[in-house]
Amino acid sequence: MSDSIDIINAFALLTNFVILPALSYGSQLALGALAVTLVYSILRFSNFAQGDSMAFGTMLVIIISGYMISKGWTITGFPTAILAIPLALVGMSIYLLAMDRLVYKHYRKIKAKQNIVGITASIGVMFVTGGIVRFILGASAQRFGDGERFIFSVREFKAFTGLQQGIAFKTSQFLTITLAILLVAFLFYFLQKTKTGKAMRAYSDNTELALLSGIDPDKVVRITWLLVALFTTIAGTLYGLDKGFAPQQYHLLLLPIFASVIVGGIGSPIGAIAGAFLVAFSEILLTYAYKKFLIYLLPLSMHPSSLVQLIGTEYKYAISFVILVIVLLIRPTGIFKGKVIDGD
Amino acid sequence: MNTFFQDNKAFIYFAIMALILVFVGMNQSWALALGIINMSLISAIMALGVNIQWGYAGLMNVGIMGFAALGGVSVVLIAQQPVSEAVDAGGFKMFIALIMGAATITAGIFLNRKGINKWLIAAIVVIGYLFTRYYFSEAADIIEKVDPAITGYLGGFGLPIAFSWVIGGAIAAGAAWWVGKITLGLRTDYLAIATLGISEIILYVIKNEDWFVRGLKNVYGLPRPVPYEVDMQQSEWFQNLIAWINRGELQLLSQTEQIEKLTDYVREAAVVFVKLCYSGLFIAILVAFIVLSNLALNSPWGRKVRAIRDNEVAASAMGKDIKRQHLQIFVLGSAIVGVAGALLVTYDGIFIPTSYLPLRFTFLIWVMVILGGSGNNMGSVLGAFIIWFIWIQSGPMGLWFVEMLSNNMSEGSSSLEFIEDRVHYLRLVFMGTILLLIMRFSPSGLLPEKNKQL
Repeated sequence: MSDSIDIINAFALLTNFVILPALSYGSQLALGALAVTLVYSILRFSNFAQGDSMAFGTMLVIIISGYMISKGWTITGFPTAILAIPLALVGMSIYLLAMDRLVYKHYRKIKAKQNIVGITASIGVMFVTGGIVRFILGASAQRFGDGERFIFSVREFKAFTGLQQGIAFKTSQFLTITLAILLVAFLFYFLQKTKTGKAMRAYSDNTELALLSGIDPDKVVRITWLLVALFTTIAGTLYGLDKGFAPQQYHLLLLPIFASVIVGGIGSPIGAIAGAFLVAFSEILLTYAYKKFLIYLLPLSMHPSSLVQLIGTEYKYAISFVILVIVLLIRPTGIFKGKVIDGD
Repeated sequence: MNTFFQDNKAFIYFAIMALILVFVGMNQSWALALGIINMSLISAIMALGVNIQWGYAGLMNVGIMGFAALGGVSVVLIAQQPVSEAVDAGGFKMFIALIMGAATITAGIFLNRKGINKWLIAAIVVIGYLFTRYYFSEAADIIEKVDPAITGYLGGFGLPIAFSWVIGGAIAAGAAWWVGKITLGLRTDYLAIATLGISEIILYVIKNEDWFVRGLKNVYGLPRPVPYEVDMQQSEWFQNLIAWINRGELQLLSQTEQIEKLTDYVREAAVVFVKLCYSGLFIAILVAFIVLSNLALNSPWGRKVRAIRDNEVAASAMGKDIKRQHLQIFVLGSAIVGVAGALLVTYDGIFIPTSYLPLRFTFLIWVMVILGGSGNNMGSVLGAFIIWFIWIQSGPMGLWFVEMLSNNMSEGSSSLEFIEDRVHYLRLVFMGTILLLIMRFSPSGLLPEKNKQL
């Protein structure tokens, strides 16, 4: 390794190990956080079942893509999981709508304190869903990505640029970022421009008034769950392609997702996205070991001997919590002013 | 007849539960029945704590597991003998590191109050953190290297184990105060999310910091507040007692057979006796908590608490400080959960961080409180007994179900193995369904809260 200061290589290193992973992790969180935001805005409760719902959607994808691979219905170089999403989406929509019909609908009808009852009910749903997923797929971790692993690998990048430090761009990262941009664009178009989307916003802002102007509440709720199914399934699948599937890990995703939603301002879609990237970047920046990075940047005499890691990787979930606490202490409404006072 | 049932509902439910447990004792074994009772008692104490939070004040604690784990940690810290080698080697360094950490936090808070530039404070905190972390990881390394197979941690203070119950409650209360201070007074779900977060973090610390409570290596051989089975088996009066109880049967046997049989009986009886000692202890603590919380609930304080729960706006208009009240209740409830967590580790005799699962410690307790009837202390106790019983017996029931299936399937069939492997996950589904069904069809639970009309 050279003893000179090498900014380009340092930057390449950071891109490979911090920026790209954080961008894709942030996109996955953002999709999950948008699902939570949607449920919150329309159904008025914090959905504790989000993490396990993502596991459920991913489970469907794993089963369907497994079947497709066994039949040879694949496209060379492309993850079959992505092809399985549309079908999984149908299953996920049915599951969420059934849960709504069986569990949540009753509490809307009797006009219960929706937030508290909704949380309790969603905790019940969380355990039912988690149990089903663990029963069908087991609790152990599994990988299900097939196809080309990289858009370009470290070696290709090095050969192309001649840099000492390579950057690999994984297919899963590329797909995550692209799909997230498409989905977010779709959501904003839907909410701003279409009639149904406008009805949803009206319902969220002022339910009474929306009902008076003839908006069908059942339809709004149905569309919401369909959107939630879309975001949840895709977020889960992308996370799984990137990091592998394990039910417990998905369950714990609840923490960073909630942190994103609250940091951004609960009920605000833009806030959810901003919050997700804030959480993802903090998590990865704080748990990254900066030793090699500093070796590139500092003269030989100042090279660090330890890993220069701010927080151990095992505490990555603590970071979302700390961010949450700081936000609640300094600005409880979140970055983009959300709803602070209980709406019910 | 109907009014008789209504009036004596609690008594009837408890009597049925007692009959079922007696049935288990006669048919399976008394040790099993007492085991179920003891765990139910501990769960009941935990459920009582949660009932104070949820039933009295509508505060959601989704991190019961974390507070129970803190209770467990306190048992190790208080009752284990100190590991003097480790303390000599790295104790001082660790002390310095912790002092530095505390100083950093205090400095941050103090400077913030003074209103100094936020960036300056951030810089001070970061520098303080880096120094702390440097010292800390060095100290942790030294401590963990001391005989890692047996110790590799600092040990505890070697005090009587009963202290740890109080300390466990106090530690849990401290954590609850901190979480509550930040999140109460904001939205309801912030508290729920924050408790979820803090309990996961507590768990990660316990699992990963080996110098603290040995992490995943577990802590064995915790001292006991009751006699050991081995000692009981050897004590003369106990042998005589067992011989006297079984004299009818023993008289019919020959000398050698008599001795053999008696040893068997003494061995069994020792297990049962130890469990009975624990039961006595747990019942005493549970009754004390119930009496205290019932007294509190019927005092002016209790009326204030319920008034706040039922109508926050009105209570606030009457000049009640809602945030303060909620904080008080949240801390009280968590302290009780902490005590129960300490009792649980005391009962197990070992501290196993991986045993702290949200299902076991958060969700089951929730189902207990809601099934029993939130707001009613006796309801929580009843719920604890019923749910723990179902939880324990659903294991054998699931296996029985699988065996039924296996009669209809060929031996070694892959789908059968699959089901055998995973059948215990269905308990999650089962418990979730119970919770949802009660919430839907009988939201006030088996023993609804009595609303006293004034």
